[in-house]
Amino acid sequence: MGEPVPGAGPHRAASDLPLWASFGGLTAAWLLLISAIVVATMIYPMATPTGLIGHLRQAFTDVDSRSAIELTMLTCTLSAVLSLVIAVPVGWLLARTRFPGKALVDALCDVPIVLPPLVIGLTMLILTRTPPGIAIENAMQATLGTRLQFAVPGIVLAMVVVGAAFAVRVMRSTFDHLSPRPEQVAMTLGASRWQSFWLVAFPGARRGMITAGTLAWARCLGEFGPIMVFAGMTPRRTEVMSTRLFLHISVGELEKAMAVAFLMVLLALVVLTLARLWGDRGVHP
Amino acid sequence: MITVAGLALVQGAFHLSGVSFTVPGGAYGVLMGPTGCGKTSILEALCGLRALAAGRVAIAGVDVSTAKPGDRGIGYVPQDGALFTTMTVREHLAFALRLRRWPEPAIRARVDELAGQLGITALLDRRPHGLSGGERQRVALGRALSFRPAVLCLDEPLAALDEDTQDGMHELLAASARTHAVTVLHITHSRHEARRLAQVLFTLRDGVIAQQPLAVLDAPRPGARVTAP
Repeated sequence: MGEPVPGAGPHRAASDLPLWASFGGLTAAWLLLISAIVVATMIYPMATPTGLIGHLRQAFTDVDSRSAIELTMLTCTLSAVLSLVIAVPVGWLLARTRFPGKALVDALCDVPIVLPPLVIGLTMLILTRTPPGIAIENAMQATLGTRLQFAVPGIVLAMVVVGAAFAVRVMRSTFDHLSPRPEQVAMTLGASRWQSFWLVAFPGARRGMITAGTLAWARCLGEFGPIMVFAGMTPRRTEVMSTRLFLHISVGELEKAMAVAFLMVLLALVVLTLARLWGDRGVHP
Repeated sequence: MITVAGLALVQGAFHLSGVSFTVPGGAYGVLMGPTGCGKTSILEALCGLRALAAGRVAIAGVDVSTAKPGDRGIGYVPQDGALFTTMTVREHLAFALRLRRWPEPAIRARVDELAGQLGITALLDRRPHGLSGGERQRVALGRALSFRPAVLCLDEPLAALDEDTQDGMHELLAASARTHAVTVLHITHSRHEARRLAQVLFTLRDGVIAQQPLAVLDAPRPGARVTAP
């Protein structure tokens, strides 16, 4: 009491300009970089003698290339579905239950995200050379007529290991944000846990599942290291677009590489758009 | 009738023990108490959504202490209604009946009857998104009453509603309790609400639950004692 008040008089808040200038400037720079990457991928092949259309035509007529595109679509889609099959229950358990060692389980789920991709491929290779791994390989050979290593199932496994880890993160956060109350109410109404999950939680998580599926699909499309190490890159057998792209770059065929890259960008954009449209459809009728 | 005897609950640092009370069959019981004192936990334990550390819960004389939530025959209305975002109002009212495999004509008749009683017939094909607070609570109430439970547990069902809507809901709640002949346990902070609805009044304070005469609701400033923040 009695002390002079410094700067007496009405307070004036400082200018908002620093916030808009810095945040806006950074956002603009970031968006510019992304746009430049996309535009360059599209413009560059156009400026070459064969032209973008020529390269795309080549990509679709060349047997090896077409096989890589088809295999990519097949494995990415299958892996995205499998990632969701894993991510939905794991995400729900992590969001809805508490148990000893949960922090460890949580951390384990993130291992594929933090491990370097080549290391993931190598560890998978090592795993299939352990006695249980060999047993699984032999069982697969006997029942499905194919092995994991250097075969299509290996591509899917390599994709799922990473894709599912991202999908789990999305689904966990989805269920974290969905109140458990409706599921509890469903149980008081006579539902079992199983029924309350399928009738209430699962439909309510639709948007999250679309996001998780899209993210997993996109991760699988870009998956490279583990596939190269674990499944190899034999044309027409285990070569996918990402490994084919690497092959083109490594022998200096930049134009062909660009055509593959362009296709991958296009595919990613199409999947992203479809997922957005599907996700928005009928959510708030 | 709801009978709770020697109930104890533990969750982390929170614990509550020795909770005993009885709401007579068909009576409208109101439970009041300060925020964070464990009212919701008691209600959840009644509904089977929270494990008991000790004690016994009986509904209409049947011990349901270890029964699954769905086997207890308790209609539950949480504070925010907790509606199912992907279902229409009609599907909400039919939810418990479908689980009980009622025949479709019986479900239709029951849904129409409830919707008429609760004034939500015009909303039957709407989804929760866009419903007003009052409409949502009517749907939640209808969903809880649909399977003719013996007991209704209401957790501050009107807390988020404006006063005019609350007044309408008081009448609806009282009428619903009479029509469906249910025993009710209703948690509220509002003395006004308690005065309108309570036939039996309990307060929970510092872990002690006590039945109070309804007159305390009319006493000068008893709210400071009953519902201090």
